[in-house]
Amino acid sequence: MTMITRRTILKGGVALAALPALPGIALGQEKLKVGFAYLAVPGDYGWTYAHDQGANDLIAALGDKVEVTKVENVGEAGPNVERVLRELAQQGNKLIFATTFGHMEAAVKVSAEFPDVIFEHCTGYMTGPNLGTYNARFYEGRAVIGTIAGHMSKAGVAGYIASFPIPEVVMGMNAFVLAARKVNPNFVLKAAYLSTWFDPAKEGAQAQAFIDQGCDVITQHTDSPAPVELCERLGIPCFGQASDMAAFGPKMCLTSIVDNWGPHYIKTAEAVIAGTWQPAQPWEGIKDGAVLITPYNDTVPADVQAAADAVKQGQIDGSFHIFTGPIKDKDGNEFVPAGTTLDDGALLSMQTYVEGIEVIE
Amino acid sequence: MSAEFLVAIVYAIVLVATPILLAGLGELVVEKSGVLNLGVEGMMLIGAVTGFAVTSLSGNAYLGVLAAAFAGSAASMIFGFLTLTLSANQVATGLALTIFGGGFSALAGKSFLGKTVPAFTQLFPTELATHPIWRVIFGYSPLVYLSLIMCVGIAWFLKRTRAGLILRAVGENDLSAHSIGYSVIGVRYLAVAFGGAMAGIAGSMFSLVLTPIWAEGLTAGRGWIALALVVFSAWKPYRLLVGAYIFGAVMTLEVHAKAAGGVFSALPSEFWAALPYLATVLVLVIISLRRGSSSGAPACLGRPFIPSA
Repeated sequence: MTMITRRTILKGGVALAALPALPGIALGQEKLKVGFAYLAVPGDYGWTYAHDQGANDLIAALGDKVEVTKVENVGEAGPNVERVLRELAQQGNKLIFATTFGHMEAAVKVSAEFPDVIFEHCTGYMTGPNLGTYNARFYEGRAVIGTIAGHMSKAGVAGYIASFPIPEVVMGMNAFVLAARKVNPNFVLKAAYLSTWFDPAKEGAQAQAFIDQGCDVITQHTDSPAPVELCERLGIPCFGQASDMAAFGPKMCLTSIVDNWGPHYIKTAEAVIAGTWQPAQPWEGIKDGAVLITPYNDTVPADVQAAADAVKQGQIDGSFHIFTGPIKDKDGNEFVPAGTTLDDGALLSMQTYVEGIEVIE
Repeated sequence: MSAEFLVAIVYAIVLVATPILLAGLGELVVEKSGVLNLGVEGMMLIGAVTGFAVTSLSGNAYLGVLAAAFAGSAASMIFGFLTLTLSANQVATGLALTIFGGGFSALAGKSFLGKTVPAFTQLFPTELATHPIWRVIFGYSPLVYLSLIMCVGIAWFLKRTRAGLILRAVGENDLSAHSIGYSVIGVRYLAVAFGGAMAGIAGSMFSLVLTPIWAEGLTAGRGWIALALVVFSAWKPYRLLVGAYIFGAVMTLEVHAKAAGGVFSALPSEFWAALPYLATVLVLVIISLRRGSSSGAPACLGRPFIPSA
């Protein structure tokens, strides 16, 4: 495995000079070279951490059959993304994972330039002959934690620390509040967009502001464990994001939604090696093990655990879908009619906030 | 609006303002001696990881802060050697120090990911420190009180002491200071070391007080705000104090506006996120309009001193 970080490249020309040497490492010709472009660093304990775990699962499962290159700190957007993807392709990687929504346009462009390289883009919607997408149904996990929040919140007001107003995030807060309102019909979710995925001090400050304004449950759609750590100190129930954050909130982190990318990475690499890969848009959830709910904290009462498990089980056997109508939007107009369920296309382009959400857009 | 809520807001402002105040005070002294060290962010990160590591291993947060000060100081000596002894370009070296600090702290912190550290013990009796009203005075981390003491101390040092006068002389006219026998390079080394120590302590405020965790890039650009604050303050410690609290107030307004919604919804969330930076630009404009000819900047700021020249 070769590890290249953007930081090392910046730090000195030494690392940069070493780059062209990489294609020269042609030890095993049959090895599938796999490249990963990371949004941030595995040390974020959130989104990139989860992708890195998936990459490590791939290495552990396929061993000598793959050679993995990871590029950290590629960023969410900008010219850097395109450059990194192109560099990875030029270095001989035959399978490249672009791991955040903002990498979409660069993935489309670079995949057209390298028709013999297979690209997979996480959470996007554009495909090509050699470009597939993959995503996980995180909203299923948010429906589970929303159910817990509905039971645990005395005030009936929760705070949602959000990153950017993209469909994925809107979908997440909608699923959370819909589930909570099935328990407590007056439940209110205050949401705040921080315009960043990772700024521990700001995430902590936002959690503090929510708590000061009366929220008694905190949940986050940003990546650092700072809000969980703060909630642990203040005794406010909260939920972990992307990875198991129980270590930061032994008492107050009720459960975490874990992104489990390993199975998809292994499956995809095997398909590429076997020559059976086809561009697809898999969107797997709790049922497939792509979204994991960590064991509930002991502080969650048994009846609440049972209610959460019922939601989880319903999503596994298909009897329950959180986006089944009737659902009203935040201004009280009909959003989803009774008896209908939003299809995947509607979910992936969701921009409507449901009833019970207070947010500055 | 209840008194408890007001206290909560003031409390949040003070916490947010303290690290930029600490780092800003250090940089102010450095710049007063005529040196521009843009590596504040890097030294803060090195301080943050060192403070966290030492606290995690020793269980003593005070020891952690002390170690953070030493680590920040040690990092600043790299800058000092390059710019003072070898007369390298200060801007480029400072930027390199920031990048180095980011990479070094990430490497050093690898084994501390996912850990937490014990919090600081309160300075004051628990009844006062956790009282819903009195915590606004007695409930802070010791680093907050340290930042205020340092502010008064530095103002006094620069204005009232002989050593402070020498430091300012070195920053205003290095050749004159040199010709009457003061060691320009020596004074600047001391100032740079002090600035590094303050940045290290500021960094440890992040990893030990604000968010007692270690994560890569924990300080998220606050070092640059500290640098802007020094210009904003026109190199005056008390004005730096006011500036830090104004900045803290704007950052706190941002998160509270987003949490409150309601009337604040009239403006998009991007506006609230940009507010601290808009405020910085606005104040800089006002200051430069009012200041007229005298900029307040030390005359030798950023100029290397080569004694033989």
